[in-house]
Amino acid sequence: MLTFTIRRLFLSIPTLLIISLAIFLLLQLAPGDPMAQVPLTVPPEVKQKMREALGLGAPVHVQYWKWMVQFFWIEPQVLFDHWFGTGFAEGKLRVISWQTRSPVMDIVMQRMPQTLWVVGMSYIVGILIALPIGIYSAYKQYSLFDQAGTFVSMIGFSIPPFFSGVVVIVIFSVNLGWFPSIYDTTLVVNDWDSFVVQLRQMIMPVMVLALQTTAQISRFMRASMLDNLNQDYVRTARAKGLRESVVVMVHVLRNSMIPVITVIALGIPGIFGGAIITETLFKVNGIGQLLLTALFANDLPMVMTLTFIFAILIVLFNLIADVLYGVLDPRIRYD
Amino acid sequence: MTDTSVSAEDLELYGALKDKEPPKAPRSQWRDVWDQLKKHKGALIGGGFLLFITLFVLIGPLIWQIDPKKLDIRNKDLRPIYTLLWDSEARTLWSRPFGTDNLGRDIMATLIAGGRASMAVGWMAMILSLALGTLIGVCAGYFKRLDGILMRVTDLFLSLPILPLLLVAVTLFRQPLRANFGPETGMFILIVGVIGLTSWMQTARIVRGEVLALKEREFILAARSIGTTPFKIITRHLLPNVVSPIMVSATLGLATAIITESALSFLGVGFPSDFPTWGKLLSDAVPRMEEFPERVMLPGILISLTVLSVNYLGDGLRDALDPRIRGR
Repeated sequence: MLTFTIRRLFLSIPTLLIISLAIFLLLQLAPGDPMAQVPLTVPPEVKQKMREALGLGAPVHVQYWKWMVQFFWIEPQVLFDHWFGTGFAEGKLRVISWQTRSPVMDIVMQRMPQTLWVVGMSYIVGILIALPIGIYSAYKQYSLFDQAGTFVSMIGFSIPPFFSGVVVIVIFSVNLGWFPSIYDTTLVVNDWDSFVVQLRQMIMPVMVLALQTTAQISRFMRASMLDNLNQDYVRTARAKGLRESVVVMVHVLRNSMIPVITVIALGIPGIFGGAIITETLFKVNGIGQLLLTALFANDLPMVMTLTFIFAILIVLFNLIADVLYGVLDPRIRYD
Repeated sequence: MTDTSVSAEDLELYGALKDKEPPKAPRSQWRDVWDQLKKHKGALIGGGFLLFITLFVLIGPLIWQIDPKKLDIRNKDLRPIYTLLWDSEARTLWSRPFGTDNLGRDIMATLIAGGRASMAVGWMAMILSLALGTLIGVCAGYFKRLDGILMRVTDLFLSLPILPLLLVAVTLFRQPLRANFGPETGMFILIVGVIGLTSWMQTARIVRGEVLALKEREFILAARSIGTTPFKIITRHLLPNVVSPIMVSATLGLATAIITESALSFLGVGFPSDFPTWGKLLSDAVPRMEEFPERVMLPGILISLTVLSVNYLGDGLRDALDPRIRGR
């Protein structure tokens, strides 16, 4: 198992390199000019010098190499310095945003907690809702609950988040006035009142994202439970007199969770993509919204770094899903 | 056995050999599929609704002849007539059943025009991604030499962050394509292209798996032994046998393409503002949704219902096309 994990880790390096190269080349084709915002009074020679200072005059492969060095070598050093108070990265050039002229990773780190809060909470809430629904609708297959569950998850699949988000804003924020429609990221939670405010502003974005998760995972849970409920070992467990709750909740559930857990791991990067829309809608200043503003402002280093972070997440969670599958299911042997 | 001529009476003796009932025409596969599909109520309703929506956007402009781009400032901001049910003060006009927007454009007409664009993007992107996925899947499954490299490429595409890349591609290539093909056609090509190019992977994987299994069957061996060329084997023997998984992924592809196009329009990187699509109409209406919720709800409901019906149709098709489930 360990050798498999290590082999997969090494295999993911060329994948990530090719992805980063693809994103880089795509961005090279961009027609935008970072000097477009500079006042017209600045003479063209100065603009040219500024471009060269940003590294734009260099050939493509040099630019790519510099970005790689900055991202894979200098940024980890900065992180190391930050944690242990050392001074490895002092004076070295980091990935600089064209928009704010500050290091990209600093901004990403500022924005990350908001995204992680909303996205992470929504995923956890979605899973917590989905699992009982999936278990019960498989146990009572074709019952009214199962039919309703199927219908609701079909709706969850079909309603895009930008519509369900707008609908909940209209209903709960405009008509009923229960929850604020704008997420206030400056809120500091230090007592009960601010906690309630935080809870109220999180409910809508979390539920909108969770609807999608719930729809998907409850379907998987149901299918996986159905596969296992008809197996011989279930009959054996019942025959030896185990209580029904033990049979379903211990024997069947543990075996059904194997594929579901991998699906959960595989879904995590996708939810970050979905967060772009939800963050725009509820005005959460997370990394999805950062990507969007950077795109419109033609801030290529920021776009490059953010897109690559998304790619790392996907590759990482694919790997985790593969490894988990092998760990959880002793029948799977990769070696 | 040699020279005996069997008379009619002799035949009667072998009565057991005769069929008890007149032979029926053999049932075709698609007849079976249709019979099974008919039992799936959701799929029938979904298919019916999809047909209705398609006809609505295709024939709609012939019946509802108001120009969606015509400005009528005098009659701007009309409410739909159903608001009269609870608010008799609302400004409505019977000739504008769904009201008008802030520039006086008829909402019914813009919905039809927007639906045309959304459905056209959805269908074209779906066809493109299916064609690409099938081509890559068949090549990877049939030609052993291509398998490794093509599957690596597929895995690579699956690891790409799709929505961020779509956003990047659309924002970056908007200008050149608009300059070359005009604002609307350029944008159409771009959006169909990027959605198609980033959604073929699942189809390719499924088709490859099917082709790998089919390739080992006897009929392919027979075809090869009489000297059929690989191209002919693929078109005559393999493709007809992988139609059913392709059809299922087609429905999924249509649903995702419609949602992706709407999402792009919603994020503001879609079609130009005077070219309505459902996603564009929805996002344009968001700033004033407190006063005019119907402008958000109507396109949103249309998108959701279309996607819902496509999903139900796909669900039913999957059951109907699977011979193991069929007949149950």
